[in-house]
Amino acid sequence: MIWSSVADQAHAVRTKAISAVELTRAYLERIAAKDGELGAYLAVDEAGAIAAATRVDECVARGEDPGPLAGVPVGLKDVFVTEGLATTAGSRILEGWIPPYDGTAVAQLRAAGAVVLGKLNCDEFAMGSSNENSAYKLCRNPWDLTRTPGGSSGGSAAAVAAGLCSFSLGTDTGGSIRQPAAMCGVVGIKPTYGRVSRWGVVAYASSLDQVGPLTRSVADAALVLEAICGHDPRDATSVVEPAPLLASAPTAGVDGLTIGIPVEYGGDIDPEIAAAVQRAAAILREAGANVVEISLPHTRYALPAYYVIAPAEASSNLARYDGIRYGIRRGEGGLAEVYRATRGAGFGAEVKRRIMLGTYALRAGYYDAYYKKAQQVRALIKRDFEQAYATCDAILSPTTPTPAFALGANATPYEMYLADVFTLACNLAGLPGASVPAARASSGLPIGVQILGRPLDEATVLRVAGAIERAAGVMDLHPPFAS
Amino acid sequence: MSGLTRAEVEELAVLARLELTEDELARMQVDLAAILVHMEALAEVDTSAVAPMTHAVPMDLRLRKDEPQPSLPVEVALRAAPDARDGHFRVPNIIKTQEGA
Repeated sequence: MIWSSVADQAHAVRTKAISAVELTRAYLERIAAKDGELGAYLAVDEAGAIAAATRVDECVARGEDPGPLAGVPVGLKDVFVTEGLATTAGSRILEGWIPPYDGTAVAQLRAAGAVVLGKLNCDEFAMGSSNENSAYKLCRNPWDLTRTPGGSSGGSAAAVAAGLCSFSLGTDTGGSIRQPAAMCGVVGIKPTYGRVSRWGVVAYASSLDQVGPLTRSVADAALVLEAICGHDPRDATSVVEPAPLLASAPTAGVDGLTIGIPVEYGGDIDPEIAAAVQRAAAILREAGANVVEISLPHTRYALPAYYVIAPAEASSNLARYDGIRYGIRRGEGGLAEVYRATRGAGFGAEVKRRIMLGTYALRAGYYDAYYKKAQQVRALIKRDFEQAYATCDAILSPTTPTPAFALGANATPYEMYLADVFTLACNLAGLPGASVPAARASSGLPIGVQILGRPLDEATVLRVAGAIERAAGVMDLHPPFAS
Repeated sequence: MSGLTRAEVEELAVLARLELTEDELARMQVDLAAILVHMEALAEVDTSAVAPMTHAVPMDLRLRKDEPQPSLPVEVALRAAPDARDGHFRVPNIIKTQEGA
């Protein structure tokens, strides 16, 4: 049942075809056998998972319904705060922290019957595109162990692709769900900003961060998304609209939809990625969609705007890590010395770089030239999308400029930032976006394409993703490592 | 504007409450300049008539009802503290510190 869909696993548990404990043990055994080489998990909660699965089985035995995710084993990116289970955000500064509560998305998953297996590797504080900024260990791509799984939700993508959980949760601030999903050959969706509560999620850049699932199918993504969407009074940015009904969307077809392809998203990309986008466009045309060219004129400014706004927000958000209330403490003397020593010892190089960059952008005298300017450009990027959506229902583009790159390949910070060049604008505009596997490169590595939708229109994104998935025929492939 | 002096980098580190080693400061000076040069592209965009965007999704500031909710018990909130005593977080002496807090 390892490779079965989320719906089939939940059905099997509800009808006693398999017990939640058996299903959970099957994944735990795979993790024990394979994760030493892969590095997807930072913590495995065997006792907690078996206890949760036992509760699901008892619920079934009593004739009660444990929920739509009954007994389905999930892995969580290590930025989700979990009661009684260490949460590090991939950082030394939180080493050993055992949170006293569950965040909202985790509580929703548990309420729906899901079983938490453990916490997944990620770039420190979700800052990175290769998982190499994890303070704890490398995570590898199950399709090629010399390559990165992408980031920052690298462990979340690698674990799903390798069959080390049924599905996972990640977070996406500039592409951190979609980019690793593309590189590991799984489905990843970043919902509209505010769709899923951020309460109990370690913050990176609060106006951009969003929670979403990484799954082995579009149908799985729809099912998980339904379980975690919805208004949360504890997150002031949570949208008040009711959670969408998405289960029928992946098979609803694309007949009559208009799909826009941005002319600006060409340029410096791998020819096999460009071919995959063309193939996806042909699939959609064949299925009855109208495919048109659109223009997003401010596309080239998304990356500089993002790398002003996100570090600025991060420099403020990460001020809370000061060695006083949780995490490590270093240094002697006065309070400022303790702050500086703790943060100097606890944060890694990329996190320090972004805190410094954000501090620079927010300084008196520089604020107008950087932060205010970037927020104005952001408004223009959002306007580009609004104008495009007057003539199309969804947008198709590459997810990444290249397939998974080699570990250690990107020498400078800016080279690494370019890995997110196609995914950043979606966050700046607050739109829903997904990556769905669409092809294989000649090297065998997976290639994903990106689908963006109108605000709150996750349903259309899933319709388009479902149509591509059905015709592309790459979803049943598993990495040789996983066999 | 992208040429950062060593003194500016050191001042930023103080503002950011980050203790950086000599090597880190030297590396930071190079890296920040290399990143900031790409941010200069923003200056090309005419934004004279554009209001800065603060929210991706239009929303009013919502106030919830001021109803008492249970909060974490003190001993649970203190459990992860590096230094706690008598129901409090223990911090270095603030008053005598030169920089204050």
